[in-house]
Amino acid sequence: MRDVAVVAFAQTRHTAHDTGLAEPELILPVIRAVREQSGLSTFGFTCSGSCDYLAGAPFSFVSALDALGAWPPISESHVEMDGAWALYEAWVRLQHGDVDSALVYGFGKSSLGDLRTIMTLQLDPYYLEPLGLDQLSFAALQASALGADRKALDEIARRSRTDGLGNPNALHLPLEEGEFVVEPLKEWDIAPITDGAAAVVLAAGDLARRICARPAYIRGIAHRIEPHYLGMRELSRSASAADAARAAGVGKGPVDVAELHASFSHEEIILREALELPSSTVINPSGGPLAANPVMATGLIRIGEAAQRIMDGSAGRTVGHAAGGPCLQHNLVTVMEAG
Amino acid sequence: MPSEPGFDALTADHVLEFPGGYTRTTGPVIGRFLTELRDGRLMGVRTAEGRTLVPPLEYDPATGEPVTDEWVEVGPAGTVTASAWVRQPLEGHPLDRPFAWAMIKLDGADTSLVHAVDADNPKALPPGTRVRPVWRATRTGHISDISHFAPEVTKIVSPIRTAYKLTASPSLTRFLEGVRDGVFIGCRCGVCDKVYVPYRLSCPECGNPITGEVTLPDTGTITTFAINNLPDPRAPEVPFVSAYILLDGADIPMIALVGGIPAHEVRQGMRVRAEWVPESERTLSMSNIKWFTPTGEPDVEL
Repeated sequence: MRDVAVVAFAQTRHTAHDTGLAEPELILPVIRAVREQSGLSTFGFTCSGSCDYLAGAPFSFVSALDALGAWPPISESHVEMDGAWALYEAWVRLQHGDVDSALVYGFGKSSLGDLRTIMTLQLDPYYLEPLGLDQLSFAALQASALGADRKALDEIARRSRTDGLGNPNALHLPLEEGEFVVEPLKEWDIAPITDGAAAVVLAAGDLARRICARPAYIRGIAHRIEPHYLGMRELSRSASAADAARAAGVGKGPVDVAELHASFSHEEIILREALELPSSTVINPSGGPLAANPVMATGLIRIGEAAQRIMDGSAGRTVGHAAGGPCLQHNLVTVMEAG
Repeated sequence: MPSEPGFDALTADHVLEFPGGYTRTTGPVIGRFLTELRDGRLMGVRTAEGRTLVPPLEYDPATGEPVTDEWVEVGPAGTVTASAWVRQPLEGHPLDRPFAWAMIKLDGADTSLVHAVDADNPKALPPGTRVRPVWRATRTGHISDISHFAPEVTKIVSPIRTAYKLTASPSLTRFLEGVRDGVFIGCRCGVCDKVYVPYRLSCPECGNPITGEVTLPDTGTITTFAINNLPDPRAPEVPFVSAYILLDGADIPMIALVGGIPAHEVRQGMRVRAEWVPESERTLSMSNIKWFTPTGEPDVEL
């Protein structure tokens, strides 16, 4: 495998409402920031992650290319998934050996529609979508299947919101549990509606060392998926997250920090167990998705935040996790190390 | 700048919709399930490994192998394995009142079906609850041919009301005559000398006939009491206190309401006096005494 590292990361100051920025306008500052951090103006490969259903417009990601300046023509790809999977594609592309740098970005404005029911559209169209099973309802079913202790959920939610207060990019949310929405989930168990974007630069080999004093080397990256239909899985566990973690080598060394794509308090409990993270691992010091959830960038931000801890010298080995699909159906785990 | 406060943003409504709905083919497996559903039957499909998938899929999610063409009827009853309570149903939800989503393992199936359950409250569906489908009157071959599930019948409510006519005994009549006149009539046992109130004809302790009537004062001491938080037609307010009151000169207490004092301040040993309704309103009834209220005297050691 070629050494590939995260060498630059930027994210927007996420907002809970639509500021009126068009998608290219939302992305532009983070693209500019990672270009400045890396000193690169062009990249061997570019890949983005977004979801047209958030804006309700087909091929909305194409217009987002206006933020890049795609002339002369660039080598570009897109995933209708969280930007973390765009990073995976870029990592695979860099393994080919003919290009050394990649720009990855993810963006989303959840504020435009009703995210809770937009997420219904990702469900199997025969058995689940026609029932109107919404995002908070299927998440609550998983929390119920887990039988999560209310005290444990509250601790996760409070810690996330508290850490979010210390993160200028996150939403600053009150330290209040709120009402039950779909029981057993309370308001603060649920990732907030958020607009935002993030960008990462990956560099391979010598280029990484030239660009960055402490590149966050990707030592393992893997994603696994499990059956879609909720009744075909054991909802209280995440077999796919556990498989991805093993494949990425999470357990091969101590993990200082893990940024987990837990959009609901109970998902952190499930993921922590799946990744076999000890209590010494700091979880979501950024506040995590419960403090800012720009859908389609949230997973990429987990990798970016975990990489940032290595680049700034505060950690030696970190994990970034991203999830997609209902009830943690699809999981991507990235292990990063200094040097 | 758009994000500045006071910026008067241009907004527009935008709807993404497939008019008339999006047409999908079902394939042979889902199509068979939906066809059977239209006939009011719940069917599962067997995998090569012998598991029964409900709802059926074309491929076994555990192995990726095609499922067999062996079909088995399942349910209609099933067991809830997990549930989530929706307080405020959304427009697209199966029910328009609070309800539960549930994972339901239909009898004979190895997987769980996700559907709505019409339950009374968030605690009505613990894991293990048995539920059955409630079918739609007109079925079209759609997962919503099952309107929802409902818990199996485990209890019924039986209204009970019987009416009686009661006639007061001679001794009670004598006591109520006293109450009408503003006094408590008790009695003394000629053998053991115990004083009882209300008036009675025999001594409950030694069994001898009562020999003499005694008129007791309307003051006494609380020996014990209970604070009641449920409304009662006989009590003027909630919470109310019912107490054992040992009338001065009596050997057994009688039960009466205590009022004119916050419930939490009532105590054993407290001195109380009957509060009578005005003379003109009195009848042959205990309602002549509104309640007992504190006299203000020092408490008595019981």
